[in-house]
Amino acid sequence: MYPYYLTIVLAPLFAAIVAGFFGKQIGRAGAHWITILAVGLSCLLSAYVLYQLYWGGAEPENISVYTWAVTDGLRMEIGFLVDRLTALMMVVVTFVSLMVHIYTIGYMHDDPGYSRFFSYISLFTFSMLMLVMSNNFLQLFFGWEAVGLVSYLLIGFWFKRETAIVANLKAFLVNRVGDFGFLLGIAAVVMFTGTLDYAEVFASRDSIAAQSIEVFGGTAWNAMTVICILLFIGAMGKSAQAPLHVWLPDSMEGPTPISALIHAATMVTAGIFMVARMSPLYELSEVALATVIVIGAITALFMGLLGIVQNDIKRVVAYSTLSQLGYMTVALGASAYGAAVFHLMTHAFFKALLFLAAGSVIIAMHHEQDIRKMGGLRKYMPITYWTSLIGTLALIGFPGSSGFYSKDLLIEAVRDSHWLSTDAWVYWIACLSVLLGVFVTALYSFRMFFLVFHGKERMDAKTRSHLHETPAVVTVPLILLAVPSAVIGWITVEPILFGGFFGESIVVGESHDALAKLGEHWHGSLALLLHAPVTPVFWLAVAGTATAWYLYLVRPEIPGKIVERFSSAYKLLVNKYYFDDLYMKGFAGAGRSIGKVLWEKGDQRLIDGMLVNGTANSVGRLAGVLRQLQTGYLYTYAFAMIIGLTMFLGWLVWFR
Amino acid sequence: MGDIDNLLSILIWLPILGGVALLAIGDQGDPRSSRSGTMRVVALAVSLLTFLLSLGLYTGFDHTTAEMQFVERIPWVPSLGADYYLGVDGISAPLILLTTFITPLVVISAWETIKTRPAQYFAAFLILEGLMVGVFSALDGLLFYVFWEAMLVPMFLIIGVWGGARRIYATVKFFLYTFLGSVLMLVAFIYLYRVTGSFDLLGFMDAPIGLTAQKLIFIGFLLAFAVKVPMWPVHTWLPDAHVEAPTGGSVILAAIMLKMGGYGFVRLSLPIVPDASAYFAGLMVALSLIAVVYVGFVALMQKDMKKLIAYSSIAHMGFVTLGFFLVWFLQGESGAVLGISGGMVQMVSHGLISGAMFLCVGVLYDRMHSRKISDYGGVANTMPVFAAFMVLFAMANAGLPGTSGFVGEFMVIVASFKANVWFAFFAATTLVLGAAYTLWMVKRVVYGEVANERVGELEDLKRREYIVLGVLAVAVLVVGLWPAPLVDMMNPSIEHLVEQAVRSKY
Repeated sequence: MYPYYLTIVLAPLFAAIVAGFFGKQIGRAGAHWITILAVGLSCLLSAYVLYQLYWGGAEPENISVYTWAVTDGLRMEIGFLVDRLTALMMVVVTFVSLMVHIYTIGYMHDDPGYSRFFSYISLFTFSMLMLVMSNNFLQLFFGWEAVGLVSYLLIGFWFKRETAIVANLKAFLVNRVGDFGFLLGIAAVVMFTGTLDYAEVFASRDSIAAQSIEVFGGTAWNAMTVICILLFIGAMGKSAQAPLHVWLPDSMEGPTPISALIHAATMVTAGIFMVARMSPLYELSEVALATVIVIGAITALFMGLLGIVQNDIKRVVAYSTLSQLGYMTVALGASAYGAAVFHLMTHAFFKALLFLAAGSVIIAMHHEQDIRKMGGLRKYMPITYWTSLIGTLALIGFPGSSGFYSKDLLIEAVRDSHWLSTDAWVYWIACLSVLLGVFVTALYSFRMFFLVFHGKERMDAKTRSHLHETPAVVTVPLILLAVPSAVIGWITVEPILFGGFFGESIVVGESHDALAKLGEHWHGSLALLLHAPVTPVFWLAVAGTATAWYLYLVRPEIPGKIVERFSSAYKLLVNKYYFDDLYMKGFAGAGRSIGKVLWEKGDQRLIDGMLVNGTANSVGRLAGVLRQLQTGYLYTYAFAMIIGLTMFLGWLVWFR
Repeated sequence: MGDIDNLLSILIWLPILGGVALLAIGDQGDPRSSRSGTMRVVALAVSLLTFLLSLGLYTGFDHTTAEMQFVERIPWVPSLGADYYLGVDGISAPLILLTTFITPLVVISAWETIKTRPAQYFAAFLILEGLMVGVFSALDGLLFYVFWEAMLVPMFLIIGVWGGARRIYATVKFFLYTFLGSVLMLVAFIYLYRVTGSFDLLGFMDAPIGLTAQKLIFIGFLLAFAVKVPMWPVHTWLPDAHVEAPTGGSVILAAIMLKMGGYGFVRLSLPIVPDASAYFAGLMVALSLIAVVYVGFVALMQKDMKKLIAYSSIAHMGFVTLGFFLVWFLQGESGAVLGISGGMVQMVSHGLISGAMFLCVGVLYDRMHSRKISDYGGVANTMPVFAAFMVLFAMANAGLPGTSGFVGEFMVIVASFKANVWFAFFAATTLVLGAAYTLWMVKRVVYGEVANERVGELEDLKRREYIVLGVLAVAVLVVGLWPAPLVDMMNPSIEHLVEQAVRSKY
């Protein structure tokens, strides 16, 4: 199926090039048609590939496309590894991308950078496909950085806005901190295996785990732990895990379609995908898995809490994304890779839906994003309302929705994980955070939902008079995303989690396999649904929703009082735990100070002032005596050099 | 084209003679006269012809051997045993190609911008090109030294005549630094001549030398090459030279002349004095890492675009020397070839990227006559095409995969991790630092609202500028997406070099 793979990858690239370089010639319609057709083609072919791999009996393929370079016995290649894990990601990426492409026609309608935008999102699709389809670490890093580049370009798409260009710089640099670890991780892989190829690295995983490396004098670290933690630092950057999460909320400065595509559905899940892909390695390091699960737990709960105090519609959704990424990370750390990827998939649909719905609201509100100035939009925007409701229900894990199946089973897997017997602390941190997170998720989700669509209409009269449902290019993608958000969990949970869907592509140690334990009690989607009302997860979600209903619809004066009463806690949340201040004033400020000191004291005073100019001045004083010889014309010096050289050579020839 | 006899001689003397011819044509009177038009066409024709001929070095290159190729040898100063001895291998050939590739671009970029004495300006560049090819192809110590020193003369003139306000300070500083180093290199050559009886560089490589003598020779070489690279702490001439140099001078300086230092280490230091190189390897790695980290921080605070790129060059060249001196930390393991390959690719890549960055600054300088970052802001509003190029080259400078800037850094970081985790740790800080200083500059110059009226009146790229930047952009992407041809060309020579470097000579 090699020609299919190539087409899937290259079609969006080709479209991006055409739309980017010939945007003027082909016009606005030309730009969106060519990119939509290309991404649509990729989507269809990806679906076909998945079909072939699951139903058609096709075997996973590991193909080299071309050799990037070979030196020192290290082969660096570009190639594809297409198994079911990859194929699932390909379908998710291209489908959401297609929806976003269509939606963009409406959202960016009046933007002067119309074709540039289409070019970027197609380029993104290409980069993301390169990332998920890679069969080696080099290409993985290429895709990893390429999606980062496009994210940078798109966050700063409206480059006149100071906030946007600060946000994109921040996003790139914070991601680079993660990539710093990621690249060192790749270097470590090469050190211990001598190859970049996944299959070869996985084949030698036992020998890696048997080796150790000294990092700090004397202490030997297990090589696998070092590799996995370094790689995970990369995932923390890309998938915005605490403490490298700070860039994601600010990335909302970009146009909404890309918030849906890049900063919710696809790019930010690259870290999750990467860890799942590397499951053969992570399985051999308990320390790395513990790191993963704790970082994920912290992110899942504490980023969710921040969502409660945000008033910007997109930022609420952004913090919810952070929290959900934390959930996926927890699942990875619990060795429930399948559950993580399954939640990744459902989340891609419902979160893209929520972002696009938020964008629809933003269009209707004439680019007002403050939910305190909305309210009662339900009657003006019925399609947006109903699709948002589906997305919100999926997000909180309402029984039957896609999010219900993925989140409920994710939590069950954490509950059944091996950490109970191996490290109880880790176990309770993870369990507590994912359970409390359910309440928090329901609270912030319905807070936003009620404030936007129900209650008093708090917008000004002029905005209200213009309110109406958005056009079909906007609402059709909403509907198309609402369908999988509602039903995809019900349909696919059994084959994906309990039907051996991932096969060889995810490797779980026998004692770690929480999903297998769950599978023993699996009686089908319906049974799980019926079982829901007796689980704490369900009641936590109901409690969160009820709290939101009471606080924001029934007694809207209470939240203000809570803020007054607990002002220090509120301040902590509003200031996002002071991470931004720490980074901006602490790290960025310190970096600039170091630079200033090294430049002014080191280069200018010490090296130039004392050494160079000091020498020059002494030479100058000496030269004062010989000034008569100096004419000041450069040709004199040139001649003097040649004459000197000739005399010197002459001396060598005649007198040596 | 691989059949041309004396190809290297042609590549050296064709541009030099072309330059002399330009001086003869001259440009008295109005620079827009027909005569000055002829002069430009001649300059471009000569540099393009040189480039086309130099492709023969690639097409006729034997990728399977580490032996010298395209060898020419005739007696020059027989009583000294000095020959006119030229030849290339996989280490020097890519650098010659880089030289002949960059020079026509410099000629095009200066097409209209140089108003005073254009004939001499173009002549200086052509002569410089020939001399630089000479350095990269000389296999005789004396010949190497003559080219090495002669090369400085046109560069002095370029900075001194066509430079900015503080050009005299910059040239004196440049001179002081480079001259001090070069003289000691000559002393080292003379010592080696006394040992071997000739100036044959390949002979130097095979001659047994005591450890003390090796150390002294290494120091002699080190001063010459470290200044050129430049390595910390002998780097402060570079920002000043760049700031004062005209655009073309900066491009050649960054793209090619800095490579002389790196080339010197691999052509001379490593094979001729391997034991001393091993002895000093720790120091060299330390200085390289200081260059990456220290200079990375310094670059962050620069207010002048050219200074910023100059400091960024120093940091990037730190990777070159780091890659070269990893050999001795990888005794008996693979990785040494990877490190040196990485350093070599980094040299070629840096030639393309820094050249492009300086050309970008030149484009802005021609319009606004300022290099200060704070004078700009929102250039993307008025110069969208230029902005796209600038962002591309900035990303390449930050080492984005898919551009040439990534290839060398990746190889060196992977190799250094093998040598020592901490080497890799400090080297990899460039991922953050390099992105920080480059993209922060981009943010302040390219993005944002139009900062002032003059930015508001800027015109986008002219066709001539578009061609130059476009060609470089293609080169940066080709090397980034498919470095195999370059790496394959270098491999046998680098493997041979590693063998030479790890054996003991005393």
